[in-house]
Amino acid sequence: MTTISDPPKAQFRLSMLIYDTRYRSMTIQVVALFGFMLLAAWLVNNTIQNLNDLGKPVEFGFLVEPSSYDINQRLLEYDSRDSHLRASLLGLLNTLVVAFLGCITATVIGVLVGVLRLSNNWIVARIMTVYVEMFRNVPVLLWIVLAMAILIESLPAPRAFRGENPEATMNLFDTMAVTNRGIYVPEPLFSRSLGDIHFLGASSLRFDVSLDLMAILIVLGASIFAMRRVRARADAVQEATGDRPTIWYIQLGILAVPMIALLVALGFHLGYPELKGFNFKGGTHLRNSLIALWLALSLYTAAFIAEIVRAGILAISKGQTEAAAALGLRQGRIMSLVILPQALRVIIPPLISNYLNLTKNSSLAIAVGYMDITGTLGGITMNQTGRELECILMLMLVYLSISLSISAVMNWYNDRVKLVER
Amino acid sequence: MSDVSFVRTEMLPEQAPPASSVGIIGWLRANLFSNITNSVLTLLSLFFVWYILSGLIPWTFQSVWTANSLTECREIMQERWGSTHGHACWAVINERWLQLLYGFYPPYPATPDVIVGESTGFLPAYFRPNLAMVLLLVAIAPVLFAEYVPRKLLIVTASYPFLMPWLMWGGSIWGPIMVAAGLGIGYLAYRFLTPIVGGIGGVVAAILLPVIWWLFLSGAVAGAIDSVIPIGIAEVESRKFGGFMLSVLIGVVAIGVSLPIGIVLALGRQSDLLIVKGLCVGFIEFIRGVPLITLLFVASTLLNIFMPPGTNFDIILRVMIMVTLFSAAYMAEVIRGGLAALPKGQYEGADSLGLDYWQSQRLIIMPQALKISIPGIVSNFIGVFKDTTLVSIIGLLDPIGLSQGIRSNAAWNGIYWELFAFIALIFFIVCFGMSRYSMYLERKLKTDHH
Repeated sequence: MTTISDPPKAQFRLSMLIYDTRYRSMTIQVVALFGFMLLAAWLVNNTIQNLNDLGKPVEFGFLVEPSSYDINQRLLEYDSRDSHLRASLLGLLNTLVVAFLGCITATVIGVLVGVLRLSNNWIVARIMTVYVEMFRNVPVLLWIVLAMAILIESLPAPRAFRGENPEATMNLFDTMAVTNRGIYVPEPLFSRSLGDIHFLGASSLRFDVSLDLMAILIVLGASIFAMRRVRARADAVQEATGDRPTIWYIQLGILAVPMIALLVALGFHLGYPELKGFNFKGGTHLRNSLIALWLALSLYTAAFIAEIVRAGILAISKGQTEAAAALGLRQGRIMSLVILPQALRVIIPPLISNYLNLTKNSSLAIAVGYMDITGTLGGITMNQTGRELECILMLMLVYLSISLSISAVMNWYNDRVKLVER
Repeated sequence: MSDVSFVRTEMLPEQAPPASSVGIIGWLRANLFSNITNSVLTLLSLFFVWYILSGLIPWTFQSVWTANSLTECREIMQERWGSTHGHACWAVINERWLQLLYGFYPPYPATPDVIVGESTGFLPAYFRPNLAMVLLLVAIAPVLFAEYVPRKLLIVTASYPFLMPWLMWGGSIWGPIMVAAGLGIGYLAYRFLTPIVGGIGGVVAAILLPVIWWLFLSGAVAGAIDSVIPIGIAEVESRKFGGFMLSVLIGVVAIGVSLPIGIVLALGRQSDLLIVKGLCVGFIEFIRGVPLITLLFVASTLLNIFMPPGTNFDIILRVMIMVTLFSAAYMAEVIRGGLAALPKGQYEGADSLGLDYWQSQRLIIMPQALKISIPGIVSNFIGVFKDTTLVSIIGLLDPIGLSQGIRSNAAWNGIYWELFAFIALIFFIVCFGMSRYSMYLERKLKTDHH
């Protein structure tokens, strides 16, 4: 007699796909994948059918056709006979320019405001609170449009600078003209220029590299390298003897002397803007659209960065400050040596996402007519060629790759400063 | 020898602190003039505040309220104060505030050609959007202030999604009722079919039957009933919508719909199911990687191309869909943060009680995770509401779109501070109010003792 029987043989039944937890997750996933593919196929099918009906199948040939529109603020040379692809490239550069400038100013203002908001000084802290709340609770588009309106409506026209007794005068010892058509600032010029190298011939992606700029960058890099060596040596001396040699004048010399020598050799001088006819000539012309966008984006994002900085500093417990004070550190050094290095770990991740937001918000340039990638590829090119699908697809890809690369770089940095835990 | 040592047997009376460290002076010394740097900062700040206020207050209050154009405004200013600078011309707001609030929505929709301000019906002007707004407040009150408001008002909340579109766009009442009936059909199917075809079958039926109803039957049924008992109000076209009404409309729909979608996406991203997780991550990262404006371009140009040929649905609806998807991706990340912040013991505890996945999410995980993510959720709401202004770029007439129109009008050409101040003030009030509410909610839900 056997009391023990074999366990019931697990027989596969169809209902086990749903009721057996071993198979259920598989079922759900297959259903989800199937549903997703069905949806995607449906959308693609509709799209193809609609585009065929409209008579414009997906193709990117329009990119090499002449764009026949002008881009007023640009980094590379361009005219309206250039292709749509080149127009998009210039737009992309313009996006990067405003994002880069915006991130820098937003960080500077944001850190300042965030620290001042924690100030012991009641009235300073209140003013900073008002600033933060004012900018955070009003849409960024409104700030951009308002900044543009202020620049256009309240600044003097170039003709106000004319005549014996002009209504407006130039600023900063006659070097800068602030007009309602933009700001003219002095431009760097080289009388013994080394010239440019042209890359990529006559294609749409051609660009020039100024050898002067290259030379400056190389010298700057070499100087910084030498400065680090000097500092490393000073550190070694301090380790060995306990006395730190004074090196700041050596460092200053290493930085300044080669640079000045190079600039003199290149014949560096500034080109000042001058009123000629109805407009200013010479100098670098920063258009209203760029300035409005830059200003509004920086001030808006700075309000968010200020909050992040404040939260980061508050996250460091008071004991850290007190311990540092007990070691005899001064107020400023407590901040720079103890609090900020720790606070940075809290600050960096949200800071990254704010940089990303700023970059994405720069697409609002289209509201003030700054020709960024949204204004060129997603604006005029799209309206002229009627290639909505292709243009928007490319536009999204560009923004996606900018976003992903910024977050990749910042994540790498974040990994480096991360607290090493045992 | 006498004992010269002296021991005091009673305490000395407490002395008042020095006058320089209490009261107003003490406060001033501690907060404004604690050292030289601080004193300098204080003086500079006081000068700054005085400078701003001395310009702002006369500008705001010594202003012109009635005029027909900017030129007339300036003439009045010249006459009254001898200069055109430093005085606001609120006349533009006085003249256009209804437009900034409602866009070109007809005040009396039954008779489309009436002139603003001339009543032809027995209902007050803008009755329908105003009623929709009041009902919105009634509908969200039981959600926001659960302990002060009777729970019966939740009926309004539940019916609001069907009532609001009908009030705003008008048309036959049977359409929204038939849409609502679909949900009823789903519920009934779940209730009565589950005992017959089992749990999973019930769920499938509860999803499939309403979809079949909405796609194929509800339109015909609504039309049939409407031909027998026609109840309806005048229709209003989407292109007449505008102003803050449009911002609130898009904002409320996006906020309301994106929260549940965001929760589902966050759960998908946290789940062990590889494919589901992949789909959710792909969706979230894609949406978060592109600016909203590109999604709005999709709404304005591409969404109709994605639909079956011949579909042409409303631009406001298309914008709402894209803004909702955008907001949902951000919401998902906020909620994922809340889920990640929960200690693992909560998940394990829920499992050990024998709760299944949905029960543990509903009873244990979500209430805590959502509580943690309140600040993020609310700041996301604020962001969505602010982002509704972007629709002006694709040509919808939100306040900023309208302001451009007003500024290019010959009568008001050259005005900007007054217009933008008005728009900014309203946005500020709404957004600031939301952030204060989130602080209140955090305090209310706080269960730890600090």
